[in-house]
This record gives sequence, structure tokens and C-alpha cells, in this order.
Amino acid sequence: MSQRHVVQVFEQYQKARMQFVQTVADLANRPQNIELLQNAGVMSLLRPLMLDVVPSIQHTAALALGRLADNSEDLAEAVVKEDILPQLAHSLASQNRFYKKAAAFVLRAVAKHSPELSQAVVACRGVDALVLCLEEFDPGVKEAAAWALGNIARHNAALSQSVVDAGAVPLLVLSLLEPEMALKRIAASTLSDISKHTPELAQTVVDTGAIAHLAQMILSPDTKLKRQVFAALTQISKHSVSLAEMVIEAEIFPAAMSCLRDPDEYVKKNVVTLMREVVKHTPELAQVIVNCGGLEAVIDYLGNCHGNVRLPGIMMLGYVAAHSESLAMAVIVSKGVPQLALCLSEESEDHIKAATVWSVGQIGHHTPEHAKAVATANLLLKILELYMNASSSEDLQTKSKKALKSVLQKCTYLPSLEPLLYEAPSNILKHVACQFSKVLPHDSKARRLFVTSGGLKKVQEIEAEPGSPLQEYINAINGCFPEEIVRYYSPGYSEALLERLDDYQPA
Amino acid sequence: MAELLKIKREFEEFQKEYYCRNREAEENREKENQAATQIQSWFRGCKVRAYLSHLHKKAIIIQKIWWGFTARARVRQMVKAAYFIMKMNFYEEMAVRIQRRWRGFFVRKYIHNFYARKKYMEGLVMKNELVRRELDQLEELQKRERDCLDMVKEHTAKVYQAHRLHHLLSTKQCPGVFNSPFRPAPHEMELLLRQVKYQAPTRLASRGKACLLGIPSSTSSSFPATLGSPLIKTSRTYSSRPILPPIGNKKQQGLSREAGEGWEQCLHCRELMLCLQTSYMHLEEAQNQLRQLEPVRIRETGSTLHHLSHGSNSFPHPAHTGKSFR
Repeated sequence: MSQRHVVQVFEQYQKARMQFVQTVADLANRPQNIELLQNAGVMSLLRPLMLDVVPSIQHTAALALGRLADNSEDLAEAVVKEDILPQLAHSLASQNRFYKKAAAFVLRAVAKHSPELSQAVVACRGVDALVLCLEEFDPGVKEAAAWALGNIARHNAALSQSVVDAGAVPLLVLSLLEPEMALKRIAASTLSDISKHTPELAQTVVDTGAIAHLAQMILSPDTKLKRQVFAALTQISKHSVSLAEMVIEAEIFPAAMSCLRDPDEYVKKNVVTLMREVVKHTPELAQVIVNCGGLEAVIDYLGNCHGNVRLPGIMMLGYVAAHSESLAMAVIVSKGVPQLALCLSEESEDHIKAATVWSVGQIGHHTPEHAKAVATANLLLKILELYMNASSSEDLQTKSKKALKSVLQKCTYLPSLEPLLYEAPSNILKHVACQFSKVLPHDSKARRLFVTSGGLKKVQEIEAEPGSPLQEYINAINGCFPEEIVRYYSPGYSEALLERLDDYQPA
Repeated sequence: MAELLKIKREFEEFQKEYYCRNREAEENREKENQAATQIQSWFRGCKVRAYLSHLHKKAIIIQKIWWGFTARARVRQMVKAAYFIMKMNFYEEMAVRIQRRWRGFFVRKYIHNFYARKKYMEGLVMKNELVRRELDQLEELQKRERDCLDMVKEHTAKVYQAHRLHHLLSTKQCPGVFNSPFRPAPHEMELLLRQVKYQAPTRLASRGKACLLGIPSSTSSSFPATLGSPLIKTSRTYSSRPILPPIGNKKQQGLSREAGEGWEQCLHCRELMLCLQTSYMHLEEAQNQLRQLEPVRIRETGSTLHHLSHGSNSFPHPAHTGKSFR
């Protein structure tokens, strides 16, 4: 009788504990409850429950803790301060898979907020425990462990190094081969977080043969997986030429361009970012991408999307054009310049405009042909406007000035230079005048056009200090025309003539 | 004596003259000596001069010949050198011409080949066009696939709906909700309801998707084979992990019948449900069949997918015995 009574008391207590833990876990799902729970002192109550006898209470308590830490940084810090982490790390080795999943969830939630918290996780040997979890059979446990490692490695290079030192990378590459989609996604995202910091880390990831597996997953139908795979390849290839070459050797390129028509925006953005990182190293790599029609794909992409996601596409065109004049000509031939002009007029953010202006500068500065292509798209005036506009950021102004200078120095297409005569400030005007003085002596038709369109008149009106380069150019321009014409167009000529009339005595 | 005096006078004169002559000689000795010396020196000088001039002349001759010889040799050498230089200049100029032509050719053909570059640009434009077309096609294909999948999902949802709303089917007596007499033709829901086979609600309601395998292919005939894949996949995953019965406290004690078992028996014995009882031994055959199924059933407390699919595939709708839905 009394035995049953005693057992009943214990069962009631167990039920009560279970209910408490489950309710707390459910409440912790909503962010508005977090503060209330924190004020009620949930942390100190959950901690002993994690050492409970019943396994389901243990893992529900861990789950509740994880959700709390996930939603608030203070609670995460409280978790660290209360020394729960060493316990978790220790028990990660021994418990069943539900507990492992929940414990890994807690570690991930703590590590995601800041590098110091991640350092705390590393210090209590959580990384080794998580790597042991990666060797489990259950895919859920592997996913939770991989996610936690990803959160740790995300913050800085030292933490990534500690993750790599624990031997996580081969296991992550093996998890890439598992059939579960979620596990693949998380493994790809963790590899991308690890390799983004330094070339050595990227090299470690590549040495375990990650590139081949990532390349195989490019054509999978799952959208999020594709996002992560391309992000991982981007992070690997951005560090050095050899890494980029290894990524190219995996022959992803003609296939990856089909992903540029994916309905998901971020997949497209990641593909274009990958192309940008590969292209920026050497002309040969840029040539590979151009040869498989990459320029066309990127220009279509720029046409279809709007806003911030255009930035990698614009920069990719700039990097391609920067290497050599034949590549710049390839960009022009693929109708890149009208597209960039569209981007310049449609976008309102300064940093995107600055990138566009830089790209245009890279395209136009090689030869007069290139400068002509840039000028015929009316870009010179637009860039000048951006330069003169007081509300453009400093970066935009600097870039506009540089681009304008470099394109003007090669531009011989006079009809587009004339509008610049009217509006440019003196430091730009110097270059414009220089170009006129180079072209006008040799081309009579251009001279005629220059006079009739009022350019000569404008040149006369420019005031320049004698001896400055601008004055020399003006003199050179004036020297191309007969004196009467120059005098005719000089300002105040009509007054001078009238004065002559005053002194004239009819014979 | 006169001779002696003459001789003495001559002797004295002779002596005087001797002394005079000696005195003169003595006086003139210096002068004469000097004169003689001068004459001798002059003569010696002449001799030497003559000798020297002789020597000079001979030396000049020798030198003249030597210079001539040397100069001619030098000139010969200079001529040779000048000839050589002239030849070398000529060769160099010819070599320059060859190199110039060669370099121009090489650079224009291999390094800055204008025509190759032009062709490359044209090829690039064509390749771009090709790539764009291919990507367009791919995109369209993918879009079509996605649309197809969406449609299939929609249709499956509708069929599931129809399955749940089977009771709204119109009967002979009374037209259903979807079969209003004022409509020119029945609503699509009505048609679906007519096509969907009735399934008894089973305990495994969560495995409901598998029931839809019983949906006749006539509803799915308009779709390509991809329809099969999502449904078949679910069934495959389910059938690849056969659900084991819970290791439980629930033990079958003897032949205790649970709720709904009678109805299930009816399901499994389709002959009993047929309105037409064809054979005399019909009942016995049906009972034998049940007994064959029973031992299997006792071990499994819930009907499994296997039974269900087996049962549903062969179970014709009671209201439409004539039609077969395959």
C-alpha cells in the first residue's frame, strides 16, 4: 500500500517535471516570452533538470535551453556563465541520439551570437564532442553537430582553425555524400563558413576532396542546397589563383550557368558571385568563363534582377574587362555597356552606382574603340553628373573622377565630347581639351563640325591661367583654325567691331 | 879671305836669317798652327758632313722604301676591313629587312591576329546567342516541370478532398451538392467524386497517402509518368521500412475480435460483398479464404500497407460493379 503510494508520489513528480519542461520549451519558441522567462529565473531551474534521471526530461530540458539561448544573447551568456557547457560537452559523448541532437542545438544557439561565446564553447572542448557526433549514424545528430560547428567557425579564422584542428573537415565532406537533403545543406554551409577566412583553411577543405563532391551537387533540384554549394565554392575560390583553378578544373562552368535561370534569387546571386571571384584572379580564368558564354548569362541576369543583388554581376563585368583589351571588347560585343547604363540609371544606391562607374571605367580605358563604345551609350555625361552631384558619396565621386579621366584620355569620338565642354569642371575640362587638341589638327570635317556646333565658341569662353596645360591645349585648338574664325567667335567680338565703327571716318 | 868673310857674313846673315826666320816662325807658329787647325777642322767637318749627308741620303732612301711598304700594307688592310664592313652592313641591312618582315608577319598572325580576333568576337556573339537560347530552353523545361509538379500536387489535394467528401456524391434519388439540376453539366468535384473509390477509414489514417494508390489511373492518365514518382516514392519509402508492430503489452488472447474487424473481414472477402452470388459453394469458399488470412492477421494487430494495397486494388466499388478501374 505505502509502496504504491510512494511510487505514485515519484510518478507525479516526474509528470510535473516533464510538463514543466515541455511547456517551457513551447513557450521558448516565441520571442516575446523570452524576457519573461528570463526574469522568472528559468536558467537556474532548467540546469538541474538537465541532469535528470529520465532521458526524455533531459533532452526536453536541453531543447528548451537551446531555444532560449537561440533567441537571446543574454541568455546565451548566462548559459556560459552557469558552466552548463562543460556538462553538455561531456554528456554529448554518452547519451542517446535525442539528447545529442538537443545538446548540439544548445551549443549551436550559444555559438551563433558572438566570437567570445564561440570561444567559450571551444574552451570547454565542445568542438571535439561535436566532431564525435559527426561520426554518428543518425542524420539528425550529424546535422545538428554540423550546424553547431558552422556557427562556431563563422566568426573568425582562429575559431575556424580550432574546428579544422579537431578533424571536422573529412567528416563534413563525408556528410555531403549522405542522402538526406538537410544534412547536405548544412555540411555545405559549414564548409563555406570554414573556408571563408584564410587561404590555408580553404586549402585544407580542398585537400579532402570537397570540390568534386560540391561540383556533383550543383545540378540537384533542391534550391537551398544549391545556394549553399555555390556559396561554398565561392568562398574557396576567392583566396588565390590555384584554388580558383582547382574549382574551374572541376568543370562546373557550363553547367553552373543553367542555375543562372533558377527562380530563386539567391541561387543566381551566389552563382554570379562565384563567377566574379574566379574571374578576378587572372586573364586566363576570365577567358575560360567568357568562352563558355558567361558574359551573356550575366548580362541577362543583370537585366532580370534589381537592387543589391546586381552588385556581383556588375563587378564581374568590371573584373573581366580590367584584364585586357580583348576581354573588354568581348564585354562590349556582348552588349554589356547598354546594360550597365541601364543599371546606372535604375539603381539608387551609391555603392552600386560606384561599382557600375568603376566597371565602365575598366571597359573604356583601353583603346579609342572602347572609349567610343562607352561614349556612344551616353555614359560620359552621366558619370560627369554623378561626379558633380554634391549628394554622391565620396567613394562614388572618386570613382567617377577616375573612370572619367581614364576614359577621356582615350576618347576620340568628338560628338560625345562636346557636351562635356559645357559642364565639366576645370580638371576634367583639361582632358577634354587635350583630346580635342589631338584630334582637330588632322580631321577637317571634325573641325567644321566643331565650329558649327558651337564648340569653338565655348572654347573661347573658357578662362584658363596662361601657362597651364589647359591654356596650351586651348592654344593648340585655336591654332587649328584661321585667325578670323577664332576672332569671330571670341567673346566680346561684336563690341570690338562696334567700337571700330565709332572710330571710323567714311572717306 | 873674302870668301871667309862672305861666308862669315853669310853665316851671320844665315844666323840672323835663321834667327829671324825662327823668330818669324816662332811668331807665326801660333797663327799658323791655328790656321792649320782651322783648315784641318773645316776639312774634317766637310768630310764628316759629307759622310753624314751621305748617310742621311741613304737613310732617307731606306726609310722612303720602308714607309711605302708599310703604308701599302696598311692600306691593303684598311681596304680589306672596309670591304668587310661594307659587306657586313649589307648583310645586316638585309637581315633587318628579313627580321622586320618576319616579326610583322609573326605578330600579325600569332600574337595580335586581327582576323582571329574578329572571328573570335563574332564567334563569341554567336556562342552568347546559343547559350542564351539553351538557357531559355532549360529554363522553360524546368518551369514546365515545376508547373507539372504543382499541378500534380493540386490534383492530389483535390482527389484527397474528394475522397473525404465521398458522402456528397449524388445518388439516383437525390442529386448531390455539386450536381445541381440547374447546371448544364456536373461540377468537376462531382466528376471527381464519381471517380474516386471509397476507402473505409482505417486506423492508419496517417498512412492515408498510400490509400491514394487505389485512385484509378484514369484520373491520372492525362499526366505524364512523373505523376507516378511522388506518390510511388512515398509508398516505396514506406514499404522499404515496414512498420513493425509495437513491442507491447497488447497481446492477442485467442480470437478476440476488435472493433471494426467485422468490416475488415468484409473488405477481405470481396466475394461476400458481391450482390450476385454465383456459386453454390460460395459461402464455404469465402470462409476458407478468411481462415487462410486469419493466422497472418493474428500476428499483426493492425492492417499493414501490404494488405491495404492488396485489398484496395482488387476491391471494386459496390455501386458500380460493372466498371473496372485499372
